[in-house]
Amino acid sequence: MTFTQFVFFVFATVAVLSAVAVITLRNPVHAVLALVLAFFSAAAAWLLAEAEFLGITLVLVYVGAVMVLFLFVVMMLDINIARMREGFARYFPVGLVVALVMGAELVLYVLSRAPEAPPPAPTPAEVSNTRMLGEALYTQYLYPFEIAALILLVAIVAAITLTLRRRPDTKYLNPAEQIRVRREERVRLVKMKSES
Amino acid sequence: MLAPIKNFFQTFMLLELFRGLRVTGYRLFTRKFTIQYPEEKAPISPRFRGLHALRRYPNGEERCIACKLCEAVCPALAITIESEERADGTRRTTRYDIDLFKCIYCGFCEEACPVDSIVETHIYEYHFERRGEQIMTKEKLLAIGDRYEAEIAAAKAADAPYR
Amino acid sequence: MTELWTSLPEDLRTVVVILLKIVAVLVPLMTAVAYTTFAERKIIGYMQVRLGPNRVGPKGWLQPIADALKLLFKEVVVPTQSDRYLFFIAPILSLGPSLAAWAVIPFNDGWVLADIDAGLLYVLALTSVGVYGIIIAGWASNSKYALLGAMRSAAQIVAYEIAMGFALVCVLMAAGSLNLGDIVRGQQGGLLHWYWLPLLPIFGVYFISGVAETNRAPFDVAEGESEIVAGFHVEYSGMAFAVFFLAEYANMILISALTALMFWGGWLSPFPESWSHWPMVGGVLDDGLHWFLLKTAFFLFCFLWFRATFPRYRYDQIMRLGWKVFIPVTLVWIFLEGVAVALKIEPWFA
Repeated sequence: MTFTQFVFFVFATVAVLSAVAVITLRNPVHAVLALVLAFFSAAAAWLLAEAEFLGITLVLVYVGAVMVLFLFVVMMLDINIARMREGFARYFPVGLVVALVMGAELVLYVLSRAPEAPPPAPTPAEVSNTRMLGEALYTQYLYPFEIAALILLVAIVAAITLTLRRRPDTKYLNPAEQIRVRREERVRLVKMKSES
Repeated sequence: MLAPIKNFFQTFMLLELFRGLRVTGYRLFTRKFTIQYPEEKAPISPRFRGLHALRRYPNGEERCIACKLCEAVCPALAITIESEERADGTRRTTRYDIDLFKCIYCGFCEEACPVDSIVETHIYEYHFERRGEQIMTKEKLLAIGDRYEAEIAAAKAADAPYR
Repeated sequence: MTELWTSLPEDLRTVVVILLKIVAVLVPLMTAVAYTTFAERKIIGYMQVRLGPNRVGPKGWLQPIADALKLLFKEVVVPTQSDRYLFFIAPILSLGPSLAAWAVIPFNDGWVLADIDAGLLYVLALTSVGVYGIIIAGWASNSKYALLGAMRSAAQIVAYEIAMGFALVCVLMAAGSLNLGDIVRGQQGGLLHWYWLPLLPIFGVYFISGVAETNRAPFDVAEGESEIVAGFHVEYSGMAFAVFFLAEYANMILISALTALMFWGGWLSPFPESWSHWPMVGGVLDDGLHWFLLKTAFFLFCFLWFRATFPRYRYDQIMRLGWKVFIPVTLVWIFLEGVAVALKIEPWFA
């Protein structure tokens, strides 16, 4: 076993264990953190597979942004664990079906790939992983990419319009405006005859 | 009309922030005002109000006549006086306590004293190690007065022209 | 000695070499962190026309060591009802990323621990992971102040990360590479070829976002003594607190180093190449490690300078600056730069 393999197995084990922890831990915050760990280990495994761009993006997007928001929400919510477990028996059959279908899909996919297919030749060091991804994304998959971007944009706009709440009645100072005021705007000198 | 546009660009050039940075940047190189305390000390005014003392006349007689004006004027009620007639018929204190934890060092006692007996010296470096030490008894106050009489007199003399 | 070395298995030797390199980077870094705290107190003191610490050792130079010793011997208090494990993991999570990011920082041409292609992304990813230390610390402390501080600082970091990411996009567009070494090499050709000039607004946005990312003044509402005591690390004491402190300063040095690398030419000398052949002073005027350290030190100084100068922003102002000013500015500049790159405007985008 080479050192790389050893590192891979360490990360793979951590990924699997933390993934199990996500669904078994009682405390939701701990579960979210376990999920973060799972993402992290997966990213490390991708790095070992020389998919550095994908691995780092996984950390950047999921660990750095998405899971932070998750953690925010979970910390703020007062989740009642007892009530969450109530529906377990009722939802179990549905969950089982979903799990079985997903498992079957995975198995079928792995079996459909010819085992005798040789592993892809290691890319030469000077070919940049990032550049190849970029080229594929902006030529071959341009339309799906742009459509996905558009859908996300629409989602952002929708989310903002749903939550935007104008409050015209609040009274607050705008310091910048106050600083900008000049004498001419505020003071008016009026000539008056003296009243004797 | 042009003012909003001018303002917009001024904001983006962060002019005011740079002006602030210039002030602090300039101060980085100016002379520092720090006084290195135990080695250097700030000058003290002759009116400085530090630790209390009871004075004596040059002949050795204590000045205090137990008039209790200081006790009456003390806003913090820090002074406690008991008095009785001495063998020679004069009224003297048997007890003169100042509780330094109560004292606010306002100097009213010194102002009220008709015989310049109770004074506040320029001593400000003192401490107490045990409970009860903060009560300055008559003996302690007189001892301080005896020890620093020259300095007290000098401070009084320096302040005299302004009174 | 050499025999023992060659007798070791290949993989073990690699690991040992990597560990030694890490030590060679981290030991000076930790010393720098310690002395940054000293420099901060000294410089802010001088700007406030006082002297700062000058009692421990000659001119106060042993002050950081005294501070470290004090913190080491203090009791680490664990609040009741706190989440014990997370409470202790949090400081490590906050220090780890800020140290790990140094793996891709090139100190000189070729002097880098890991010369990876996606270096810039790696740095961005690691700085974003640093939030976890803060959030977990705030939550695990079981204290209202800590939770509020953690919320504030996490929201702030997430907000400014976007502006920062866009700023980095501008840099990588200019350099055409994500490798930090290549980014510096792309700036060769003297002071005017460095990216600060074509990317001037982006340089501003990046550095200010960097100050906000590290929760430093004037963006230190997460600390906000007057309203939430000390933010996410109120409940920490002794060594656990010291680790947070180290992380904050290591982050400051990291941001300074990145600014120097991406906008001010890293190890490149500001003087023309011909000057490096001058007798005596040629070596100093040539490109080299000292320029990188000098530039980093300057930006570090700016952090302290800002702290001595600007009053703290209000929380809503911070959010407004991040979302409504910086992000639009960077987006506009990305567009303009895209045009410039497409037209191959000399000399930066050729």
